Amino acid sequence: MERTALRRRLTWQLAEVLAVTRETPRVRRIRLRPPDWPGHVAGQHVDVRLTAPDGYTAQRSYSIASPPSQPETELIVERLDDGEVSPYLTDELRPGDLLEVRGPIGGYFVWPEHADTPVQLVAGGSGVVPFVAMLAHHRTSGSDVDVRLLYSVRTDADVIARDELRPRPESAVVLTFTRDAPADWTGPRGRIDRELLVRHTAPPEQRPAILICGSTPFVEAVTRELVAIGHAAERIKTERYGGMGDTS
Amino acid sequence: MSHVSRGFTGRRRDAPAGRLPPGQYDVGDGFPVLSAGPVPYTEPDEWDFTVQGQVDQVRRWSWQEFQQLPREPVTVDIHCVTSWSKFDTRWEGVAVETLLQDVETAGEYVLAFCDGGYTTNLPLDDVVDGKAWVVDTYDGSPLVPEHGGPARLLVPHLYFWKSAKWVRGLALNLVDEPGFWENFGYHNYGDPWKEQRYAGD
Repeated sequence: MERTALRRRLTWQLAEVLAVTRETPRVRRIRLRPPDWPGHVAGQHVDVRLTAPDGYTAQRSYSIASPPSQPETELIVERLDDGEVSPYLTDELRPGDLLEVRGPIGGYFVWPEHADTPVQLVAGGSGVVPFVAMLAHHRTSGSDVDVRLLYSVRTDADVIARDELRPRPESAVVLTFTRDAPADWTGPRGRIDRELLVRHTAPPEQRPAILICGSTPFVEAVTRELVAIGHAAERIKTERYGGMGDTS
Repeated sequence: MSHVSRGFTGRRRDAPAGRLPPGQYDVGDGFPVLSAGPVPYTEPDEWDFTVQGQVDQVRRWSWQEFQQLPREPVTVDIHCVTSWSKFDTRWEGVAVETLLQDVETAGEYVLAFCDGGYTTNLPLDDVVDGKAWVVDTYDGSPLVPEHGGPARLLVPHLYFWKSAKWVRGLALNLVDEPGFWENFGYHNYGDPWKEQRYAGD
């Protein structure tokens, strides 16, 4: 079934914007109703295309934050100050607008549906978005896979999807604050390093399926440390923001 | 044009005329890095390059032998499917037709294979006649692992996922076998000027 969705020809469609809500000072959640949504797999993304009055277009990819079971599709977008598309989406877009999208795209960086090992997610900043979808899917599908998220974020005000990422019995979420931690914080601080990975992620003996998403330096550093502590390279999938999906 | 995005004007850069394919933007001095998994770190003395598959004889070059092959400087525009393009990138390496020079084959397709398990497929016609290289320098310096070093394929007339990083060889095939991203819904050929991003485009 997933394969069918991936193989389907992707056409642009005009999705109605149902809501734009504030996640953090720089991040908005956009709820959309695409007229012809074939369903998606947690971890996939969409392409968004903006068109100016003279016909000029700009398109970018954004991760889907909502689980497959949710009828509306949600994107979570961080404003890049020198960006062309994200400031429009975070500052200008409002309910009732139509947004041109196509998707879902990407079948690689997705929730491992039939995992027989733990799943370890590692996010830096807005790299957490595909994992928001994965954890919601894990919860709504009643999966009994042992899933953990290690989420590196600058300050408490930068935490995305705070409610959805509250630790639950079936999914462990560990935050580390790289700039300022809340006054009463007793958890980890600082950038993700080897010690933090050893303490807060599934050990190599459990052969976890590992997914890492964040900026390029974040993904490089975390991947290198995970390989160094004994995880097999073929168990690690990576995605960097600024772009999805290819290996250029 | 069917739809105009209310309030959108765009922040277009002046790209050189005729050099920006549809739906792309000029990334300027940046050079984004994308990859599906960990960066492999292969030392040159562990590296070789192989031509195999439907060939009269397997060819293999060690790093040292590869360095002795005739080299070419290449300055080209590159286009990533994630919509950035970069103009006048400077590389140096060996033309693929140099590697295929004496190879006898009935194969019409190429599958490039790489450290880390990545593959990508191309028609043989698209990697000969000055259209593709195996490059080991970028902008005058040895190619760093993040950008595909020790060596990567460079096929600038197709989307950049076809320019496989960490390439270790080419298999010549009688049938067209989809590579890594081609199996995940990306276009089998990937011509940026026809905007062939995904299967069916």
